[in-house]
Amino acid sequence: MASGQRHQQRVGDRPAVKYTLIGLTLVLTAVLLVVPLISIFQQAFVDGLAVYWDSLGDPDTLHAIGLTMFVALLTVPINLVFGVLLAWSVTRFEFPGRKLLMTLMDIPFAVSPVVAGLLYLLLYGNNGWIGAWLFEHDLQLMFAWPGIVMVTVFVTCPFVARELIPLMQQQGREDEEAAVILGASGWQLFRRVTLPNIKWALLYGVILTNARAVGEFGAVSVVSGNIRGETNTLPLHIQLLYEDYQATAAFASASLLAVIALITLIFKAFIEWRQERAHKAESTH
Amino acid sequence: MSIRLENISKTFGQFQALSPLSLNIDEGEMIGLLGPSGSGKTTLLRIIAGLEGADSGRIQFGERDVTNLHVRDRHVGFVFQNYALFRHMTVADNVAFGLEVMDAKQRPNKAEIQQRVKHLLEMVQLGHLANRYPSQLSGGQKQRIALARALATKPDVLLLDEPFGALDAKVRKELRRWLRSLHDEIGFTSVFVTHDQEEALELSDRVVVMSNGHIEQVDEPAQLYAQPNSRFVFDFLGNVNVFDGKLEQSRLNNEQAWISAPSSDVPLNNGQLYIRSHELALHTDATAVANLPLRVVAVNPIGPEVRVELEPHEWQSEQIWEADLSHADYARNPVKRGEIVFAEPKNAYFFREGSQQAPEQVSWDSASQPVKAK
Repeated sequence: MASGQRHQQRVGDRPAVKYTLIGLTLVLTAVLLVVPLISIFQQAFVDGLAVYWDSLGDPDTLHAIGLTMFVALLTVPINLVFGVLLAWSVTRFEFPGRKLLMTLMDIPFAVSPVVAGLLYLLLYGNNGWIGAWLFEHDLQLMFAWPGIVMVTVFVTCPFVARELIPLMQQQGREDEEAAVILGASGWQLFRRVTLPNIKWALLYGVILTNARAVGEFGAVSVVSGNIRGETNTLPLHIQLLYEDYQATAAFASASLLAVIALITLIFKAFIEWRQERAHKAESTH
Repeated sequence: MSIRLENISKTFGQFQALSPLSLNIDEGEMIGLLGPSGSGKTTLLRIIAGLEGADSGRIQFGERDVTNLHVRDRHVGFVFQNYALFRHMTVADNVAFGLEVMDAKQRPNKAEIQQRVKHLLEMVQLGHLANRYPSQLSGGQKQRIALARALATKPDVLLLDEPFGALDAKVRKELRRWLRSLHDEIGFTSVFVTHDQEEALELSDRVVVMSNGHIEQVDEPAQLYAQPNSRFVFDFLGNVNVFDGKLEQSRLNNEQAWISAPSSDVPLNNGQLYIRSHELALHTDATAVANLPLRVVAVNPIGPEVRVELEPHEWQSEQIWEADLSHADYARNPVKRGEIVFAEPKNAYFFREGSQQAPEQVSWDSASQPVKAK
C-alpha cells in the first residue's frame, strides 16, 4: 500500500532499527520489571497456600498491615488538603517567593528519604531542638507512629500539588471569576466550580500519594525504631522477616505490597483514560 | 443604572494601564469601548466589574458608591470572551448557577428557578439545548448561554469583554443584532469591549475610543465619524489617506506632488491632510486642485464600490493610498493596474504641524477643470 511504503521511508523507521529497538525494550522490561514481580508471587507460594495464609495470619504481620493502613489513612487526607492549598496559592495568587515555593515543593523528591528521616530524628528526637521540649512535656514523636506519619507526609507531599498545578494553570481563573461575579461565596466557588474541574487530577495525585505512603521504607526505617508489633510498617516487617531467614513469610508480605501496586496501576490507567476522554470532549467543538 | 467613573487609574508593575480617566454612562445606554490591544479597554471593564481594583478614583452605580464593594456584591452581569461556561454542568445548570448560589433568604425556590431558567433559555432561543454540556455547543450557542447566565440574576449593568471576538463573521453579525434588540427590550445598561470599529459603531449609543490607557474621544457613532478629534481616532476608524505637505507658494507640497489651498477659509500651514478613500476622484491628468500622481497597484470591483489601491509616484507617503469609486465613475474612467492616475480630494481634515488640536475640515470646489500638466 502507498501509505505503508511512505511510512517505511520515514527517518529511523527501517524495519531492522524498529524491531531491534522494540525487542530490546521488551527484553529489558521483562528482565527488570515482570520477572521480579512474578518471582515475588512464586516465592510466596513456594510452600503452598496454607503456609502463605499462615504467614499472613501471624500477629506481627497483621499489626504491620494495620499500622501501614493507619499511616496511609492519615497521610493521604493531610497531603490532599495541603496539596490543594499549595496548588491554589501558587496558581491563583501573585506573591513574592512564589517561584521559590514551587521549587521548594520538590525537595522531598530530590532528597533521599533516609536523609529526610535523619532530619526529622535530629529535630524531633529526644535530643533534638524541638524534641527536647516535647520530651519535657511527655510527648514522644520519634520511634512511635506519629513520627512515621510525619516522615511519610514529608516524603509524599509533592504528589497532589504536582498533578494540580499544571492543570490549574492551564484552566486559568476565568471560570472562578465568572462564579464570583454570579455571587458565589468562597466555599461555593470551590465546591461547585474548582473541585469538579480538578477532581480527576486530584484523584490521580491521591493514588500516587497512597502508593508511596504504603511502600515508603527509607525515611520510616530511620524514625520507626523497628519495634515488632508496635512500630513496624509492612515494608520494614518484610525486611525483618527476610533477615530472620523467613523467606516465604517475607515474600508473602511482599506479595501484598505488590497487589496494592497492581491495583494502583489499574486505578491510574482508568483515571488517565477518563482524563483523556474529558480532554477530548473539551477540544471537540 | 447609570455608571460614573471618576479619575480611575491603574498600573501593573511599571506599566501604566490606565491614566486617570473619567466617564459617565447613562442609564440604559449601550457603550462600546473601542481600541487596539493594550489600550486599557479590558482593564477598564474589569475595574467596573470589580475583578481588578483601581489604584485611584471612584466608581458609582447610580447613587451607590461601589469603589470598595466586592465583585460578588456589585450585582453586575459579565460575559467573558471565551465564555467561561462551567464545563461540568449542563446548560440549564450553568444558567441556574447565579440563582442557586444566592443566600437562602433571597433564593427563589426550585420551581421558580426552573421556570426562570426555562424562560431565559427561550429568550436566547436555545430552550432545546437545556440538557447539553458546553462542549457539545457551537461558539455562537455558547455565547448565548453565557449571556443568559449573566442575565439570570437580573443585573443592572451588563459588561461584555470582546463578546463576539471568537465567532465567525456571519454568526457575529447575527448575534450583534440580536444583542442590540435584547438590550432595547430589557433596558439594562451595557458596556462592551471591542477592537472592531464596525462593531463599535453599529452597536453602541456612544463609542469610547481608547489608546495607551486614556480616552481619546467619546461620541455618538455618526458624530465620531464626522468629527474625529485626533489622528489616532482617524486612523482607527477605517482607512484614510495621509498627505504630508510643506506650505510653499500657498499650496501644500510633497516632492513632485501638490495640493492647492482649499476653498474653505482656513489659514494653511505645514501639516497633514487626512483624506477618506471615498473623498478622492481619479483623473487622467492633474487638475487645478491637485497634482497627485499615483500608480494603480490593484483594482477590486467587488461590493458597492470599486476599491483602487494606489502607490505614490514621485512623492512620499507612509502607506498605500486607497480610493473608493462608484461603479458609474469607474466605468467612465476604467483605470488599470500599472497606470499612472491623478487623484483629486473633495473633502479632507487638516492637522496642523506641531498642534494637538482637533483637525479642521477643509474642502475644494470640485468644478475645477483638468489642466494639462507638463
